[in-house]
Amino acid sequence: MVAGLITAVLLVLFVTGWIWIWLPRHKAALDEAARMPLEDEGNKTP
Amino acid sequence: MGNYNDKVVRQFAVMTVVWGVVGMLVGVLIAAQLYWPALNFNVPWLSFGRLRPLHTNAVIFAFGGSALFATSLYTVQRTCHVRLLSDRLASFVFWGWQLIIVAAAISLPLGYTQGKEYAELEWPIDIAIAIVWVAYAVLFFGTIVKRTVKHIYVANWFYGAYIITITLLHVVNNLAIPAGGMKSYSVYSGSVDAMVQWWYGHNAVGFFLTTAFLGMMYYFVPKQAGRPIYSYRLSIVHFWALIAVYMWAGPHHLMYTALPDWAQSLGMVFSLILLAPSWGGAINGILTLSGVWYKLRTDPILKFLIVSLSFYMMSTFEGPMMSIKTVNSLSHYTDWTIGHVHSGALGWVAMISIGSIYAMLPRLLNLPQMYSVKLIDTHFWMHTIGVVVYIVAMWIAGVMQGLMWRATDPDNGTLVYSFVEALNATKPYYLFRLGGGLIVLGGMFVMAWNVFKTYQLAASAVTAQPVLPPDVADARA
Repeated sequence: MVAGLITAVLLVLFVTGWIWIWLPRHKAALDEAARMPLEDEGNKTP
Repeated sequence: MGNYNDKVVRQFAVMTVVWGVVGMLVGVLIAAQLYWPALNFNVPWLSFGRLRPLHTNAVIFAFGGSALFATSLYTVQRTCHVRLLSDRLASFVFWGWQLIIVAAAISLPLGYTQGKEYAELEWPIDIAIAIVWVAYAVLFFGTIVKRTVKHIYVANWFYGAYIITITLLHVVNNLAIPAGGMKSYSVYSGSVDAMVQWWYGHNAVGFFLTTAFLGMMYYFVPKQAGRPIYSYRLSIVHFWALIAVYMWAGPHHLMYTALPDWAQSLGMVFSLILLAPSWGGAINGILTLSGVWYKLRTDPILKFLIVSLSFYMMSTFEGPMMSIKTVNSLSHYTDWTIGHVHSGALGWVAMISIGSIYAMLPRLLNLPQMYSVKLIDTHFWMHTIGVVVYIVAMWIAGVMQGLMWRATDPDNGTLVYSFVEALNATKPYYLFRLGGGLIVLGGMFVMAWNVFKTYQLAASAVTAQPVLPPDVADARA
């Protein structure tokens, strides 16, 4: 019973996290974060 | 501002190549022993049973491990805009890990073993591993804590999950009562022991050989392609899905054993679910090349990285399929498993590591590229052809073994083939496997030569690189 509830809560949390990260307001920040490996050599990258 | 600590990264990068050559050389030797058994020369420490764990430990923990130390410590500094927490701790981690590898290379051929696959090392070495690993965790997470940028880049999440999980797996699986300097008894017994072992064993695959190398993928694929990852959102969902599911797949190593049936089925179901995050992550990496596919024509490093992801997709399709009970009844205990593991280890893990080292090393040495880009291409083709020869030979051998072992005479229910008949039928494929392994090993020698020549070029050029300012906006200004 408890194990089933925990599993259900974790599943709901996962789906909620999925929806949350796809909210349009996060786009700009995530796009910037995605550029981190490209911009870590200062002026070397174009 | 200061500089990055690249000394430890260079040390681990060079040792990746050295241990790659050593580990694969032992692999080739034991592959030859399976074809020519006399090659053990009747010397106990040259026997297959002792050298096989030496091979697996060397390629996983020495070659793969060094590649992970090198790339994680490189990535965490670059994406956190800060020098490593402590230079002394970094040196301790490097020399500690090398010492552990040497201890393994001595104790395994001498016959000291706990008899647990991928956890063979005896208790004093296990304690040393735990100490060095915790030092590594402090070094990695300590660096993240003192970062000067707000966001923690996704590659660090993957590396972080791997460091935490390996601590847990290593400590729990190796709990044992010492019975002498190099002898111990596991605290678990019977099928509980088997379950703990394969909970460890499969998560060594899941977190050491997958999650950590995905961290490598999330940094070096965008870097080499010159484009951000296809979907950063997908990378976050990928992370949580993968770490939530992997933990439960271990029982698929124990199909049709004394393990309770429900646990076997649970392991199978979780293994099947794993296909989703595995392919989601791989597609995320491959689609990063959208719009720049032409780069694959000229950049052999990118070829290594992208073909590694193709092998990753292949083996993460094959793995769930093999975990299905009916398929497993055919594949288990055959060479199909060996083929599967090498498509993952040589195809995915080794290729992403080799590509990342080729991408990273010139940057560490302030050179525009490796000594010879052509030799990288030569290595790429040798490695790819070698791996394909290897896994095709093992697929054919494995399926054939499975079919011959299960063949029964419908009239009286007796077995059609004796074991030795199946073994005899397998023998030619062991020669093909040896050939594939030799080609892969040859490629590693090409890499070693290229790295050596690159170091010669760089003899005077190495200077420490300055740490980036706290915010990337300042870096661009």
